[in-house]
Amino acid sequence: MDIGEFRGVLTALLLILFLGIWAWSWSRKRDEAFGEAEQLPLEEGSRPPVTSNEKD
Amino acid sequence: MQAESSYNDKVVRQFAIMTVVWGVVGMLVGLVIAAQLIWPGLSFDVPWLTYSRLRPLHTNAVIFAFGGCALFATAYYVVQRTCHTRLAFGRLAAFTFWGWQLVILLAAITLPLGITQSKEYAELEWPIDLLIAVVWVAYGVVFFGTIAKRRIKHIYVANWFYGAFIITVAVLHIFNNLAIPVSLTKSYPIYTGVVDAMMQWWYGHNAVGFFLTAGFLGMMYYFVPKQAGRPIYSYRLSVVHFWALIAIYMWAGPHHLHYTSLPNWAQSLGMVFSLILLAPSWGGMINGIMTLSGAWHKLRTDPIIKFMIVALSFYGMSTFEGPMMSIKTVNALSHYTDWTIGHVHSGALGWVAMMTIGSLYCLIPRLYNKTAMYSTKLIDVHFWTSTIGVVLYAVPMWISGINQGLMWRAFNTDGTLTYAFIETVKFTYPYLGIRLLGGFVFFSGMLVMVYNVWRTIRDVEPEPVAVVQPA
Repeated sequence: MDIGEFRGVLTALLLILFLGIWAWSWSRKRDEAFGEAEQLPLEEGSRPPVTSNEKD
Repeated sequence: MQAESSYNDKVVRQFAIMTVVWGVVGMLVGLVIAAQLIWPGLSFDVPWLTYSRLRPLHTNAVIFAFGGCALFATAYYVVQRTCHTRLAFGRLAAFTFWGWQLVILLAAITLPLGITQSKEYAELEWPIDLLIAVVWVAYGVVFFGTIAKRRIKHIYVANWFYGAFIITVAVLHIFNNLAIPVSLTKSYPIYTGVVDAMMQWWYGHNAVGFFLTAGFLGMMYYFVPKQAGRPIYSYRLSVVHFWALIAIYMWAGPHHLHYTSLPNWAQSLGMVFSLILLAPSWGGMINGIMTLSGAWHKLRTDPIIKFMIVALSFYGMSTFEGPMMSIKTVNALSHYTDWTIGHVHSGALGWVAMMTIGSLYCLIPRLYNKTAMYSTKLIDVHFWTSTIGVVLYAVPMWISGINQGLMWRAFNTDGTLTYAFIETVKFTYPYLGIRLLGGFVFFSGMLVMVYNVWRTIRDVEPEPVAVVQPA
């Protein structure tokens, strides 16, 4: 295999890998983990530890 | 030394405050050089006040001092909060703060003295480059050390962006600055000719892609949901956004070298990848803006959200404008004109600075045990000065730049140039004036921010915040 063929195959593999990432992230199995992860920025614990009536 | 049960917010506070300080300094130098383009006498014939020396001081100050401190501050804050653990290696984190400030100080001394490698955005000479490399590796150790001791399984998407930014900037910085020193203040790059140019713009464009884009997208993915009080619009999209962006950005650099001695295929490759970049860029923008879906009313009342949404809008606009300018036939008109300067500033002021400012207004009260900034009204004033400032900056640069390009390439029927260069300079004068006004309006908002921050923090002795414990 010459360098041109190698690069062609590599590009195709990387494209398949990217489509794989896409399929992985849209799979139902990720629902729970992503659902937990997306709450992280909203955590109460990351708010100021003072008593307040803040509503934001 | 604080206990493991609290977050290390001291280093976050230090970087956050210095972000504001360096923002004021860097933008002030920008105002000076914008004025010098109109009144060249403003250098007073003092060598270290010439445009050629102050311009790299401005770019280094706003990118690496203002932007850099903002990225350190928010990365350290976000990684602790989303990993439920205290920052790793407290002393090393403190070293990154003092080391980075030393780099900035050395830049502020050497650049006006004319000590430079003459590589754009990589002007600093080799001893400072070594210090940057050491500080940057320490930054990586602290950041990934914190990821390694996280107490939740998933690594939140913002950390992926910050992590990619830290690793890539280390690689870019080290390889672009490989040089042979001949004295303490002078070195020669190991690359020559067009290879040197390609290395420089591989570095230069990925500095835009990873320092000014990926890092600030990390900021966006944490602070936009936080301020909106809603999770990111699509977490799945954020994963695809990340991998698409980092896979494509690396190849876009050659668009800085259109119509040079760089091989034509490499120029075309750079153009094609720049065009493809529109997809992940807009995916990210849509993800950010749609986070407000169902809560658009917040735009009426919350100036911090306004900062973030307008920043995302400018991100979308400049990531449309960029690919368009990378098309070779468009670039033939736009390159070397003021259009490029306008494009850079709609990205740098509109996206980077406004996202930073919005995030700081969200972050600073939390670092000082307050529920909000001293004055929401003043945040709104700052929002409008920023928005009007960017528009007053970008629009005259479009007009000036496009006309410059058209005048430069206008030929008479006998093949001579229609316009002398000085005529194009004369044409741009009014637009340079409006640009200076826009810069001044944007800068004035930073002074409002200084006052607001000072009133927020002046009477506070900050207390440690407890690390979130597992439920």
